[in-house]
Amino acid sequence: MENTKRTVLIADDDEDYLFQMKMYVESFGFNVITADNQKEAEVIIQNTKPDLAIFDLMMENDDSGFILCYKMKRRHPEVPIILATAVASETGISFGVDTDSDKKWIKADLYLEKGIRKDQLHKEINKLLKI
Amino acid sequence: MEKLKVMVVDDEPGIRSGVSRILNNFTVSYPFMDADIGFDILEVGTGEEAIEKVKSEHIDIVLLDNKLPGILGTEVLEYINKNNPEILVMMITSYASLELAVKATNNGAYDFIPKPFTPQELKSSLENVSKHLFLRGMTRKMNKEGKEIRFQFLSVLSHELKAPLNAIEGYLRIMKDKEKGDDIASYDQMIDRSVQRIKGMRNLIMDLLDLTKINFEKKTDKFQDINLGEIAQLSIEAMNPYAIQKDVKITLSDEEHIVLKADPGDIEIIFNNLISNGVKYNKDGGTVDVKLIKTDNKINIIVKDTGIGLSKEETDKLFHEFFRVKSEQTRHITGSGLGLSIVKRISDLYNGEIMVDSTPGEGTSFTVILPM
Repeated sequence: MENTKRTVLIADDDEDYLFQMKMYVESFGFNVITADNQKEAEVIIQNTKPDLAIFDLMMENDDSGFILCYKMKRRHPEVPIILATAVASETGISFGVDTDSDKKWIKADLYLEKGIRKDQLHKEINKLLKI
Repeated sequence: MEKLKVMVVDDEPGIRSGVSRILNNFTVSYPFMDADIGFDILEVGTGEEAIEKVKSEHIDIVLLDNKLPGILGTEVLEYINKNNPEILVMMITSYASLELAVKATNNGAYDFIPKPFTPQELKSSLENVSKHLFLRGMTRKMNKEGKEIRFQFLSVLSHELKAPLNAIEGYLRIMKDKEKGDDIASYDQMIDRSVQRIKGMRNLIMDLLDLTKINFEKKTDKFQDINLGEIAQLSIEAMNPYAIQKDVKITLSDEEHIVLKADPGDIEIIFNNLISNGVKYNKDGGTVDVKLIKTDNKINIIVKDTGIGLSKEETDKLFHEFFRVKSEQTRHITGSGLGLSIVKRISDLYNGEIMVDSTPGEGTSFTVILPM
């Protein structure tokens, strides 16, 4: 069933983190498209429809991840998005998409702290894709 | 609920009432804020009226059309920037005048909304702008509380410090779990990358130490007569091993043997940063020419390289903390993004200035001018 492989878009400006995430997600059996900046990710969103997206928050703009979430949901409302960042522990500000008001503002389906373990990541992706 | 005052300046009553209708019941909520933000709308039809209102009332955000019957929107923008720079201005422009909008944002408008806009577009613009206002208010509050905490700086700093840790931890975990089986070469690559990231982190910490050294008032008790050429020579020698690796030649010209009263530590930081940038961002076989010239009562330190150069956009942001030029060519160059902001800070401290002249693909020349 090679041709029915699902595709995951990963955007992160940290090349090492991007490499590691790509490696993990590929090992789960997905196709992976990567972007190392917000602009590139925006172009990809315009031209393709992935099955799931994982965005970093701070890229060339402090709120790149939010912008990408917004643009993705406007174009493909049904594609689940994971916002992966280390911001909470950095600023003491906790983001999350648990309450209704958060959901209104952050257009991501799941918010993950960076440094997530492989098995946990796999579980979360499967849950979002209802696998 | 906190309310932000929004003034809509447009000569079309339909647009004004439309904006009012959309924003009246609209609230913005942030995960990190207890109360929501709502909007109070004030409608005016001309630029003259707008300026009167700015004078007499507290206004947070101005939605400004450019085509107005009397004075133009851009003139209102100019007035606000001069007299009430704390007000955020969003230009409303038709798509046909996008060029004008971009110009307006360069002239101090916070953002622009292309006309015609949907309610959702207006709302998301307002969401953005109020987030900015909130963060600005937070920074100001922290400064006022005497904590001297620079919110933005700290959050970016911790991001920059944590990113390499995350990357290295990730690689260690991959290696521990032997994700790549017996493929030793791929592990070697991960070790190399980890070492690179550690190096980057060390540079950042060194730059931060520099920054704390000069963060304070100019300490004139450390001032002494220093021979600029000598300090430049020391910097060049320190950089030479790396320059040789890259086949970059560094030259120094100091015909006047300039002597300056300054803190030698500060001057060393200037040379170290400019020369190491000149080498780092150079092409193999390139040159870095350091020139010291005296004109009137000023000293010019010129460091010119034959490197990758900078675009206009990059030049504008160059002295911002943590700004780094990101491109295919700079991908493997480590840097903290603090060096030039430190140099700028020092030259400010000495009432000097720093200028940059660059051509993409050909090279960059930095000039630091210090009064004697």
